[in-house]
Amino acid sequence: MTVQPPKERRIILKHADDPNYSNRIGCYLREGGYENLKKAFGMKPEEVAEEVLKSGVRGRGGAGFPAGMKWKFLDRKSGKPIYLICNADESEPGTFKDRQIMYKDPHQLIEGMMIAAYAIGAKQAFIYIRAEFHEGAHILNRAIVEAKAGGYCGDRILGSEYSCDLVVHRGAGAYICGEETGLIESLEGKRPNPRIKPPYFPAVLGLYQCPTIVNNVETLCNVRHIIEMGGEEFSKIGKPNNTGTRIWCVSGQVMKPGYYEFECGALTLGQMIFDVCGGLRPGRTLKAVIPGGSSAKVLRADERFTGSLKDGTAFDWGLEDIPLDFDGPMAAGTMSGSGGIIVMDDTVDIVQAMANINAFYAHESCGQCTPCREGSLWMRKITQRMCSGGAREEDADLLLSVANQIEGRTICAFGEAAAWPTQSFVTKFRDDFIKKATDSTQERNPQTLQLI
Amino acid sequence: MISPSQDDLITITLNGVEVEVPNGINAVEAAALHGHEVPHYCYHPKLSVAGNCRMCLVEMGTPMRDRATGEAILEEDGSAKIGWVPKPVIGCATNVSSGMHLRTESDLVNECREGIMEFLLVNHPLDCPICDQAGECRLQEFATDYGRGYSRYVERKNVKPKRTRLGPRVTLDDERCILCSRCIRFSQEVAKDDVLGFVDRGSFSTLTCFPGKELSNNYSLNTVDICPVGALTSTDFRFKMRVWFLKETNSICTESSAGCNTIVSSREGIIQRITPRRNDLVNDTWMTDSGRELYKSVRSDTRILRPSVRGKDLPLLEAISEAVDTLRGKKIGVIASCHSTLEEQILTKRLIELTQAQTFLRGHFGEDDGILLSADRSPNLRGALVTGLSDQYPEDNLSGLNDTLSRGELDALLVLNEDLLMSGVSEEHLQKVALVYLGTETNSSARLADIVLPGLSVFEKSGTFINRSFLIQAFEKSVPGPTGLQSQVAVLAEIIQQLSPEASIPSSDLDDIWNSINNAQDSVLYSIRYSDVKKAAVQLDGSDWSHLNFVEQQALHYPAPILRSK
Repeated sequence: MTVQPPKERRIILKHADDPNYSNRIGCYLREGGYENLKKAFGMKPEEVAEEVLKSGVRGRGGAGFPAGMKWKFLDRKSGKPIYLICNADESEPGTFKDRQIMYKDPHQLIEGMMIAAYAIGAKQAFIYIRAEFHEGAHILNRAIVEAKAGGYCGDRILGSEYSCDLVVHRGAGAYICGEETGLIESLEGKRPNPRIKPPYFPAVLGLYQCPTIVNNVETLCNVRHIIEMGGEEFSKIGKPNNTGTRIWCVSGQVMKPGYYEFECGALTLGQMIFDVCGGLRPGRTLKAVIPGGSSAKVLRADERFTGSLKDGTAFDWGLEDIPLDFDGPMAAGTMSGSGGIIVMDDTVDIVQAMANINAFYAHESCGQCTPCREGSLWMRKITQRMCSGGAREEDADLLLSVANQIEGRTICAFGEAAAWPTQSFVTKFRDDFIKKATDSTQERNPQTLQLI
Repeated sequence: MISPSQDDLITITLNGVEVEVPNGINAVEAAALHGHEVPHYCYHPKLSVAGNCRMCLVEMGTPMRDRATGEAILEEDGSAKIGWVPKPVIGCATNVSSGMHLRTESDLVNECREGIMEFLLVNHPLDCPICDQAGECRLQEFATDYGRGYSRYVERKNVKPKRTRLGPRVTLDDERCILCSRCIRFSQEVAKDDVLGFVDRGSFSTLTCFPGKELSNNYSLNTVDICPVGALTSTDFRFKMRVWFLKETNSICTESSAGCNTIVSSREGIIQRITPRRNDLVNDTWMTDSGRELYKSVRSDTRILRPSVRGKDLPLLEAISEAVDTLRGKKIGVIASCHSTLEEQILTKRLIELTQAQTFLRGHFGEDDGILLSADRSPNLRGALVTGLSDQYPEDNLSGLNDTLSRGELDALLVLNEDLLMSGVSEEHLQKVALVYLGTETNSSARLADIVLPGLSVFEKSGTFINRSFLIQAFEKSVPGPTGLQSQVAVLAEIIQQLSPEASIPSSDLDDIWNSINNAQDSVLYSIRYSDVKKAAVQLDGSDWSHLNFVEQQALHYPAPILRSK
């Protein structure tokens, strides 16, 4: 029985794989570029913001907070300048969607940002791009020069009284700069130590202690499409409370990994893995899936998820049945996060996968607050030892206890990001961890990928 | 601490008990006011809030209200339903507001503290037996309260630099550092010398100086005081003494008119270190590095240890008698001192009145750093004004004395502390008069003097000083003085006694000295007793002297003179 896979609906990545499409402004203008900027400038800024609120678009960076709501929190009474920052520090392992947008369609981002800047009244906007995207920074810089020359950005946009400068700022290679207050500190030229909230909510005390909006690349691109369609129309895409499309980045042991853009909730995790991505390698069975970047809690292939959704409907899902939107993975006790789906088949040594993730978080912890700083390195040392023949039976409980001591006690969400993988791996694959101890002399399966 | 007015008090519920606390203070301070200690490392009352140690996690909640009606939601038993914040919050960044509920003692809070303690210790070297901080270490204290007692950590600990020289006076052991950032914030916010920062990240973060910089400002040792662990150590005090052997005495720094409150720590009569003592009206919790060095003068080579008459050592009483003979019946000039205690100045004034001596006074001035080293480098210039030793602001020299001497108007001089040649008095003039010197340090006056009477240093006697804000502050004797010596007060009282046996003069008892002057209604010292000052600093009304051109600039807890006159 072959099931027809659901069709992609490409809005953001419409031109991503078009060989005749370039990232130059001429191409963008031919495809109707910057028309929406003109449309937005015909409206009042409040009206633009209202459309975005109506669209219900949720942040694509990981937390899924409604973007229109975030804009509403802006402190406009202070009289201080307002800043707009595009968070292009895409560093969640398993995520590679923003890269596609910026490399292939940078003007879409610039248009979205200028509309957003106009809506919130920002006179200065930044794109904070991760250091590893040096080509991306180059592309964006060239696109900004082109946009400025065309009057779509910079001084007196489209001949109006409104000006907004746009600057590309390159990071220096730190995951923590993706946390919005860490990003702001970095942009200010300091160590990216996330700020304590309260009092430093970016919408009130952000960049240079001024009200600041930080949005993800994909979110800001959506703003352009919201203006094109109107907020009302946009909200009809996907499902209520899960509006618009989402770009899913599938990696791991599937036949066709890559980026796929679907309407929210248009397909299930099973359809994504087995239909869209061509399934697993021949003869392999599914072991685990991380649905939203490495910090999301892992899902075990044979798990059952039961409960009731927000609207009261009861559900009883297997892993394949989880709908790919914001609320589905949430209901299954994990999160859609940044949309990075990592698929692991039965060749994966789950403890090694854990060690790999822990190595990442221990390396990337900024070191500001105690639980994350010490806990992430401790977890790394434990799992590394377990993978080097020194596993003990009590290590599973120890790992879990260390992770529990981190979660909810840190300055920023990095604590959760580091703790959730351990909590879920150890709870759901406890046998694998115990087994490591009992046969620690066991030969490594040559088919196992060396992950650390 | 100034007690807030009733209007500023709000009611919060702390661990289930309704208590009143000042509005807007943080949860750590609020809990402390009612006897609940919230352990913390990075929070310091005089620095900005960093919130990075996570030791002060507490539970916080507010009474729930119906969103639509705004009415309070009640529990079944009729009490207000409390909306507890789902995650624990840090007490240092949580300011209390009316109706707030706090739990500083609950299972969750204890669990948080135990977790943080364990994390702080996993990469800590646990070298308490050789650590200078042992005995006054917050890590030790809270490990006793919240530590596990055994370690679950079997991995290798991080290795970091063990003895980094951060500056001339501060040595850093990076392995002990818990990265609380107090020292960084102090350097930025109080010392205004931004030289410290972290390099590397995660658990490998390391405190260091910026390239090409060093922690050499005059406040660098405060970073050692506020370091909650043994990471920053005083190079001077390092490995010298276990702190639990130290006897601590409250004292006042004599470096300048700022009058920093200090603790002098000594063992068996030998001073080991000086550290600041918190006073929110004067020095907060800081003091200068240079002020901490002053104890070295106690055992310096230039200290005068024996009374002498024309080069010959004599017992103190005999030397005093010789001095009295020298002064009796002569036209005397008394060189009073701004370094004398208030009690010494009172007796000096009495002596001047009885002998109708001419009085001379010099000030000692330097650069003002705008913090705690004021331009007036004497601890008690205002004492000299209050006791009437001068009605003018003294100059930085004694040229008036030189002129008087050149006219041959004086036969004998009694010099307290001052170095006459350094004050612009010519040696030629001095050779024509009899010279009695009372002081602790050898200087030109002592060398030229016919009679040298040693005194005690500030650490060896008790007394009071009046600081730049006209605050009278008392200090206590920390260590005994050299054998056979008496305090200046005793020496002056004896001289007065012998010079005019019929005059009523106070004994050398400090209470008596105060009682001899606090009954004059026109004095600013009216009705103040020494026992009052010993209990707490007393604020004087300095308006009688507001016309004087004080040299101090605006500084910590000291408004600029122009602001004061308004």
